[in-house]
Amino acid sequence: MLNYILKRLVYMIPTLIGMSIISFAIIQLPPGDYLTSLLSTLADGGAPIDPATVERLRSQYGLDQPIWIQYGKWMLGILTRGDFGFSFEWNQPVSEVIWSRMGSTLAISFAALLLVWAVSLPIGIYSAVRRNSIGDHVFTFFGFIGLAVPNFILALTLMYVSFRVFGQSVGGLFSPEYVDAPWSLEKLWDLILHLWIPILVIGMSGTAAMIRILRANLTDELSKPYVTTARAKGLPEYKVIVKYPVRIALNPFVSAIGWVLPELVSGVTITAIVLNLPTAGPLLLRALVAQDMYLAGSFILLLSVLTLVGMLVSDILLALLDPRIRYN
Amino acid sequence: MEKPVLSVENLSLDFHLRTHILHAVRDVSFDLHRGRTLALVGESGSGKSVTARSLMRIVDKPGVMVGGRIILRTQGREVDLAQLASNSPEVRAVRGARIGLIFQEPMSSLSPVHTIGSQIDEVIRLHSGMDKRAARARTVELLGQVEIPNPAEMADRYTFEFSGGMRQRAMIAMALAVNPDILIADEPTTALDVTTQAEILDLIKRLQTERGMAVLLITHDMGVVAEVADDVAVMRFGRIVETGTVDAIFHAPQHAYTQRLLASTLKLEQPADARAEAVITPQPLLTVKGLTKVYGGAKGFLGTKKFALKAVDDVSLVLHAGENLGVVGESGSGKTTLGRLILRIVEPTTGQVLYRQKDGTEIDVTALSKSDLRKFHADVRLIFQDPFASLNPRMTIRQIIGDPLVVEGKLKGKEIEEKVAELLRLVGLSPDVMERYPHAFSGGQRQRIGIARALALDPRIIIADEATSALDVSIRSQILDLLLEIQSRLDLSFIFISHDISVVRYFCDRVAVMHRGKLVEIGPAETICTSPSEDYTRALISAVPNPDPRNKRMLHRTRFSALSTST
Repeated sequence: MLNYILKRLVYMIPTLIGMSIISFAIIQLPPGDYLTSLLSTLADGGAPIDPATVERLRSQYGLDQPIWIQYGKWMLGILTRGDFGFSFEWNQPVSEVIWSRMGSTLAISFAALLLVWAVSLPIGIYSAVRRNSIGDHVFTFFGFIGLAVPNFILALTLMYVSFRVFGQSVGGLFSPEYVDAPWSLEKLWDLILHLWIPILVIGMSGTAAMIRILRANLTDELSKPYVTTARAKGLPEYKVIVKYPVRIALNPFVSAIGWVLPELVSGVTITAIVLNLPTAGPLLLRALVAQDMYLAGSFILLLSVLTLVGMLVSDILLALLDPRIRYN
Repeated sequence: MEKPVLSVENLSLDFHLRTHILHAVRDVSFDLHRGRTLALVGESGSGKSVTARSLMRIVDKPGVMVGGRIILRTQGREVDLAQLASNSPEVRAVRGARIGLIFQEPMSSLSPVHTIGSQIDEVIRLHSGMDKRAARARTVELLGQVEIPNPAEMADRYTFEFSGGMRQRAMIAMALAVNPDILIADEPTTALDVTTQAEILDLIKRLQTERGMAVLLITHDMGVVAEVADDVAVMRFGRIVETGTVDAIFHAPQHAYTQRLLASTLKLEQPADARAEAVITPQPLLTVKGLTKVYGGAKGFLGTKKFALKAVDDVSLVLHAGENLGVVGESGSGKTTLGRLILRIVEPTTGQVLYRQKDGTEIDVTALSKSDLRKFHADVRLIFQDPFASLNPRMTIRQIIGDPLVVEGKLKGKEIEEKVAELLRLVGLSPDVMERYPHAFSGGQRQRIGIARALALDPRIIIADEATSALDVSIRSQILDLLLEIQSRLDLSFIFISHDISVVRYFCDRVAVMHRGKLVEIGPAETICTSPSEDYTRALISAVPNPDPRNKRMLHRTRFSALSTST
């Protein structure tokens, strides 16, 4: 087992190097750099531009150097000082901008994942065991609605309802009066009141997909001979199902950990913008639009790392769950 | 005589299908007595398995019990299981405790993610209320009783670390854990090799005598019945057509179906009458020289050496024109790989395959280019084991059989259709079936379609890989006779790969015996089957059940000592 984890860690190194190169290359792809977009913004505003200032800024930011030197400096900073570069847009070190966002991103995605598990596990088992019953058809119906409705529409609807019916302030994670207030019980309660909408919205399609996957997997497993064996032992029916086929059909649940992070950042950006969530998605979008290259690059890099870590965690859990994986 | 421990009276089961109700079991009655074995015999679809499962009330979904009584007499009480709800505590107390079940798939009948020990502990704790430690001690004792080496250590292993025979032993240990009065063995050895089958049947017999259990053995193999059963019930289309002692059934069968079943079994005990003498020419059609295939052995991650497996180890043989060569061996002996190597579907590691073309020139198959290999594949065709998986369910019969002709590209439209019709007639099917899909055919008919497809390009050699293993006995002999008849009309040679020695003896002129990748012995079929010269072959042949209860061959079999490691 230890050997397996070690092996996976070693394999991660070349993947990480490749990812860092690709993320740096991606942010260099659009023509121009941060200064070009800054200048065009300034020109739109009618401010005079001094070519000498432009040149000075360019060499100050190191934008006049060849790409591989910029990449080398960037990597060197990350590896030696934990310095991800400087965000032109925010006028702050990238690491400070990112960390403030990463916390809320992780919290929301983790809560959404828990919701997905808590809801889809019992429903998936019910649907598979009572296949084609009325309950199964009802869940299937709502499951497909959950899959089909775009997240941001659901977000808008929920915001409207909670504002109209409950008179709640919506959007963001806190009501305006608590945003800068120190932590207190009231602030926590306020957070919980705000959190349920994004968690529900983000978890919705995942839940629907997971129910379908679990239903299909469990249906296959239920007809396997080992289930008959368990039944022939004289076990009560719920124990037969939960201990044997469900355990094996659980693999997709664990695998989901790996892709929940990139999904949250790249997949629900629109939802996050609609709900005004301080998560990574909208920030990444803005950094890309503004060609704030170190911020964008660091984001992509960090997300890749998180994805890799998520994959590793889910693989380790899978190995714990299924001895066949552990021994191969 | 003591009262039977279990009596089934007029049991009927229905299957509620989408379009109609299928009467799967009708008015079935039988008794199980302590210390005796009742064999329930029948071909696939006769309702024997579902009858056995209904004794434990674990009939799967569309099946419904519609009448009859199942009277269990244990611990001084009489209970009618048919009256109880299938999930009631009373029925659950019977399952596993009073009635144990083992069934066919040793590969999938145990959970892959729990250790063997924990799965057996579970039954013991459920029914006897022992604590963890006592249950494990009992488990280890049971594993020892079913002759699993190092039982204490093996209890902590997972199923995928066990061979098929070992899993079936573990399954038996589980079924017997709480000393049941009845053991239901549903095709317990069908998926196993003959030698392993003999060992498992021995084991069941021994445990039965020790404990005085009643055994209900469900099988389609008359040989197994003759070896182990005391009484026999023959089932067909959901009804029991004949019951009697094993001797009466085998030596004085009354019902026409029983007689037919026995006839098709006994027919395979000797060579076919229709065998034409093969012409032994000095120039063989196919020559295999030192063929070897090694799997693995490459260096793995961090320089660890991976285990190298010689699937086929230095095999040399020849095939003459018009000859049927049988290749027999246990699973894992490399016989299937040998067939694939000859066709070069799998690349050989070393060795040569020489093929004599129609014009008499010899080519080396292992050195052929892609386009030449395609021409070779037109002359040498393959028939597969599984008639269900080897036909594309989305193609019509005409497309399936015509496919090789389309690929070859010599014939067009109407001509292909004529050829397909001709091939269908050749394999005994009506050309009218051309537009139907494979699901409309039975197993035997599908295998005929597979044969027609193999014959489409007028091949000279057919490699049949377990071509009759998935079929019922009566269909099996029909298919073999069909192949022999086709051979008498066309210029064909067969390489017949099988684990079933009686089939090989019926069909083949010469037999090659393989064991762990090596060719142990090769010779005329009669010699190999009656007086083999190698110890391994002798052990293999003597483990084949003999369909004559007065001459139980298997129980007096010779054992091959080097074999003991395999199970």
